Amino acid sequence: MIRTRKVLSAVALTTVLALTAACGGSSTGTSDKAVELRMTVWTSDKDQLKLFDSIAAAYRADHPDVAKITFESLPFADYNTTLTTQIAGGNAPDLAWMGDLSRDLIASDALLGLTDTLKATPGWKYDDLLGSVTAEFSRDGTLYAYPFSNSPYALYVNTDLLAKAGQKIDPASLTWDQVAAAGAAVHAKTGKAGFVVRDFDYTAWNTLATVWTGWGASAWSADGKTCTFDSPEMQKAFTFLHDAAFKTKAMPGPGTTADFFAGDAAFTVAQVSRASLLTGKFKFGLYPLPAGPKGMYSVLGQAGMGVLASSKHPKQAADFLAYLTDPENAAKLAQYFPPPRKSLLTGAELAANNKVLSASQLQDAVVDQLPDAVTLPNHTSPAEIAQKGKTALDAMWRADADVPAVLKSVCTAIKPLLSK
Amino acid sequence: MSGTRAAEPAVERAPARSTARTGRASGPAGPAFWTSRRRDVLTGYLFVLPQLVGVAVFVLLPVGMAIWYSLHDWNVFTGKQTFVGGEHYAALADDPQLPKVLLATLLFSGGVVIVNISLGLLIAVLLNRKFRGVTVFRTLFFSPVVVSVVAWTLVWGFLLQDNGGINGLLATVGIDGPNWLKQGDTAMVSVILTQVVRSVGINMVLFLAALQGVPRELYEAARIDGANSRTVFTRITLPMISPTVLLTAIVTIAGALQSFAQIAVLTGGGPGLSTTVLVYYVFQQAFKFNDIGYGSTLALMLLSFVMLLTLLQWQLRRKWVFYED
Repeated sequence: MIRTRKVLSAVALTTVLALTAACGGSSTGTSDKAVELRMTVWTSDKDQLKLFDSIAAAYRADHPDVAKITFESLPFADYNTTLTTQIAGGNAPDLAWMGDLSRDLIASDALLGLTDTLKATPGWKYDDLLGSVTAEFSRDGTLYAYPFSNSPYALYVNTDLLAKAGQKIDPASLTWDQVAAAGAAVHAKTGKAGFVVRDFDYTAWNTLATVWTGWGASAWSADGKTCTFDSPEMQKAFTFLHDAAFKTKAMPGPGTTADFFAGDAAFTVAQVSRASLLTGKFKFGLYPLPAGPKGMYSVLGQAGMGVLASSKHPKQAADFLAYLTDPENAAKLAQYFPPPRKSLLTGAELAANNKVLSASQLQDAVVDQLPDAVTLPNHTSPAEIAQKGKTALDAMWRADADVPAVLKSVCTAIKPLLSK
Repeated sequence: MSGTRAAEPAVERAPARSTARTGRASGPAGPAFWTSRRRDVLTGYLFVLPQLVGVAVFVLLPVGMAIWYSLHDWNVFTGKQTFVGGEHYAALADDPQLPKVLLATLLFSGGVVIVNISLGLLIAVLLNRKFRGVTVFRTLFFSPVVVSVVAWTLVWGFLLQDNGGINGLLATVGIDGPNWLKQGDTAMVSVILTQVVRSVGINMVLFLAALQGVPRELYEAARIDGANSRTVFTRITLPMISPTVLLTAIVTIAGALQSFAQIAVLTGGGPGLSTTVLVYYVFQQAFKFNDIGYGSTLALMLLSFVMLLTLLQWQLRRKWVFYED
């Protein structure tokens, strides 16, 4: 009995201590004197995280009220799911990177408007931002996320493979038909893949905007209300892709992997920022996207960073964001992410910190493309649109597919979501 | 055994003495509260308390919350919850994708259960003999069970690619293999077999243990009566191991209905909806599309299916499960 009492007393004491410790920890975390900021990011690159940490350390040196700034690296594949789960669970970060989730966040008033803070920050130079890259993150004239990465899609060419297959291309007048022809020849002669739209993998169909835009097609109307997936232009673009996959074999078929950066394909369409994957295994060229029947065009992949409205310290978070993206720090970030600032957008500026691409390549593939670039399809409910579109589009990737019928079924699947 | 029996009175006496002391301390009136029986009951509850807490926190509470969520629309970005009553339940009938999802669930679960139990039993019967290397074979069939499901599925994902190892192997004997994961029919077969090969070892072990528990004299008597192998299997072996068949059926059906990683990693539910099983659909709705309310409604439907199937099997056991006692 005495032993039982001792055990019960010990359990009670431990419980009280644990509760005390938990309450104590909680009060410390929410104290005004110890502001802690957390930003979710999808990069796990050590150099990039080191740069962010160094900028945060410099900020904290001038702002003793901010005790800690953490950059939480989340896996890219599950980034949106993890971020929304954190928000739903009441554990939202103070700041976050965002890609196609931005429309939902802005529409739900889940982001803090940044325009006033950025304009009021001395030396920030709001007018330096390129108008074409801020539209995606703005509503009613207010900027809700700073577009820190504006990476145009470009055509990477493995010139070694082309030479092996006896193929020559003229980058100045390159068209998609020429790419398909050269790709088919490379596949026939070397067994390697012709052209690959990176990250598509017969799943992420939005990346095919890097092709169908050349035919003048788009997934939906400019206001996002009307599906245009079944337009004649889209039919022609998908007929080209279908032929490439199943007739000419210029593009590897579904279920076949080919990594351009490992030397397995002659061409790939990928963002310029992917140049860091080039390892020197083969000679390469980097050019703007080939022309389609509608002429030259450019497509842009963007990422922004914003402040969550649910942050416990929105003022400090917005202030830190202004510091992180001021002209001086924006120049540092530009070595990894094509910036939105006009003053930094010259081939020479970008090449200063780029070890892989030359100034002329960066001028042609980045700077000259940004003003007229269209973004990848983006809409509210991006995951549901992507999934329902993919489910319908799966029928396209069979040799006997009825292209117009499949495209019509895509519209049937996503129309209810567009009209929401 | 005798030692254990001898100790029993001493165990009974000890609480009796302390009860007497407790009774005196609290006053002479009435019987002591801490009787031997109450002490035993308390001890019993203390032993099951951790499990009860676990079930309450990780099962009952989430089920209760799922019911709550199913009656609300939840904007995950703002945290605002709006009561919608039975709207999500009514939406089940209007969901054009749900019939296809239920069909895929039926095909997948049915396929896994039938192939897993049949194959597990067949392997167990084959390995329930004495021959050189039998332990090696048993280990080989069981070893996938201990491999991480995601690692296992990732490797099979590479093998099942159009230009993967399996088609490469088929090509060496002149067969042009299908694009396993990109065609509706072969995709379902692929996910079923990937699941079965990984988990058949568990059923094999359970069947082996059951087979080795069948009394030898029953087989000897049957042989003397002139029964052939088929009769022996259907009239003696199967009835004797039927409790294990019931157990494996319940566990395998519940496991198949909860299979998620195989679908997520191998096919992502495609092509089309051909491999989108209910649990994967729940995940999509709740965590990809942020429709927590409808996702919870689907999850409750899945829970109902599992409970109904288990109840049905439990009720049917009287008809086809043989218990020696």
